[in-house]
Amino acid sequence: MADFDAIVVGSGCAGPIAALELARAGKSVLVIERGNYCGAKNVSGGRLYTHSLRRVLPGFAGSAPLERRIVRERISLLAETSNTTIEFTDAAMRQPEFESYSVLRARFDPWLAAQAEEAGAEYINGIAVESLIKQDGRVTGVQAGEDAITAEVVILADGVNTLLAGDAVGAPAPLPDQVAVGVKQVVALPASVISDRALTSDDEGAAWLFVGEPTHGGVGGGFVYTNRDTISIGVVATLSDLVGSPTPVYQMLEDFKEHPAVAPLIAGGEVVEHSGHLVAEGGYDSLPPLVGDGVLLAGESAMMCINAGYTVRGMDLAIAAGMHAGRSAAAALTAGDTSAQGLAGYRRALEDSFVLKDMRTLRRFPAFMEHTPRLFQSYPAMAGRVMQKLFLLDGNPVRPLRKAVLPILKQAGYTKLAGDALRGIKAL
Amino acid sequence: MNTDTYLGKNKYEVDEGNPHIRLVDSPPPAEFGKLVRACPAGLYKVGADGAGTFDYAGCLECGTCRIAASGTVVASWRYPGPTMGVEYRYG
Ligand SMILES: Cc1cc2nc3c(=O)[nH]c(=O)nc-3n(C[C@H](O)[C@H](O)[C@H](O)COP(=O)(O)OP(=O)(O)OC[C@H]3O[C@@H](n4cnc5c(N)ncnc54)[C@H](O)[C@@H]3O)c2cc1C
Ligand code: SF4
Repeated sequence: MADFDAIVVGSGCAGPIAALELARAGKSVLVIERGNYCGAKNVSGGRLYTHSLRRVLPGFAGSAPLERRIVRERISLLAETSNTTIEFTDAAMRQPEFESYSVLRARFDPWLAAQAEEAGAEYINGIAVESLIKQDGRVTGVQAGEDAITAEVVILADGVNTLLAGDAVGAPAPLPDQVAVGVKQVVALPASVISDRALTSDDEGAAWLFVGEPTHGGVGGGFVYTNRDTISIGVVATLSDLVGSPTPVYQMLEDFKEHPAVAPLIAGGEVVEHSGHLVAEGGYDSLPPLVGDGVLLAGESAMMCINAGYTVRGMDLAIAAGMHAGRSAAAALTAGDTSAQGLAGYRRALEDSFVLKDMRTLRRFPAFMEHTPRLFQSYPAMAGRVMQKLFLLDGNPVRPLRKAVLPILKQAGYTKLAGDALRGIKAL
Repeated sequence: MNTDTYLGKNKYEVDEGNPHIRLVDSPPPAEFGKLVRACPAGLYKVGADGAGTFDYAGCLECGTCRIAASGTVVASWRYPGPTMGVEYRYG
């Protein structure tokens, strides 16, 4: 007889939801989280699209520690001296099904964990699972410090830097082009100042993504999210590109913060935290096996994350994957078969859900980004030069727009531009 | 630029004398240079004399050096012991 029906490793986004579903199904479940409190080790940008959370916890908005509802989107092509931005806002961003919020993980994750505990999940914090216990190739428990704890099924929700997925399902460590390094700072400012700078009310905020200068032309980008009384600002750079860059990633963030288009946003603020974390961005083709005998993988431990350039999504995927993992594990426990075959319904459920559907749709995007350096190196400056022709006047007679702008595009090469645009659209 | 001031804002419980990341004896400079650029905490440094230094105390436990340089620079990488390491208050 095992100690628990299920053990969940990690309490970020996927873990607590998996535990919640198991507890709701009447199964005994233990969550082991290495942080002294949940969220103590976690970093996201971050904006949470709430659709998947709403499915599991419909009343979340009443009690979850959310920062600001995002009602303003900006995407910028940031060049050395210029910045060209598209801004979008829509009343639909306030409709429940589309709602997204900025979150801070050290506040949000403890709340998620509390929901699982309330449903009946048990928690151990402050200790990492060091290895899996296996019998005849089947996962039967975990080793955490001195303790060997057994379970009928183990759910790995230990995130992108999993040290266990290899042993569990033979997943290889991610390659440097399948992960990006995120470096982030939290900058404290009065709430009203943030609202004024973001052009929002105090409950609402902005999400702002940048390509070009933030990574000094490398694959990746910069982000800004407004929280209640802090601003999250960071850079995400693909590791394979970053290792050859002349500039260290923390210096990229420093330069990004000092860019004239960005600096006024955080001016007068105090940096209260400096964090770093990996992001899985290998896409659908980097997914490892999602089940093994006695084990399931949910969230970024299985590379579930979408970096589509204009947005990073991992939390809504992890929450949905946690839900399906918990439900599939509970069903397998009830049926008395937690072998890989008994757990196979999990993969099918994910294939039918937006998690793997969206990852499949965007399957070609990682390769597109990696193989289109112009996107990061030359297009931001090109956009700036076009804008110069529109807006910079010094009393010299203006040239017809066609004559002023076409040479700029020609310089980049019409066919390359058209080709990149077409491939980009196809990849999306 | 030096990251020390920023890391000073973070909360850590440092496991003194018990490094969770160990490096190989003499890592090839080119491989070490990769980590100078990729470590978000700036813990891999090259001094004026060209010698590389590393201090695990400010580690953000991201795993970047594990992915980028296991075997070449990083000899072993594990999470810090119970209750040790970085403790984010915002995240
Ligand atoms: C810079 C950055 C920006 C991002 N921006 C966004 C965004 O705006 N929107 C979005 O949706 N997503 C964003 N993401 C992605 C998102 O944060 C992740 O996809 C998401 O957190 C994955 O959830 P998870 O539950 O799979 O893993 P995590 O949230 O990483 O949770 C894993 C948990 O497992 C614990 N753990 C690990 N190993 C062990 C062990 N051996 N024993 C015990 N516990 C262990 C960890 O401490 C952690 O609590 C961003 C990520 C980064 C780094
Ligand atoms: S784990 Fe991350 S923060 Fe720690 S030393 Fe390695 S790269 Fe730097």
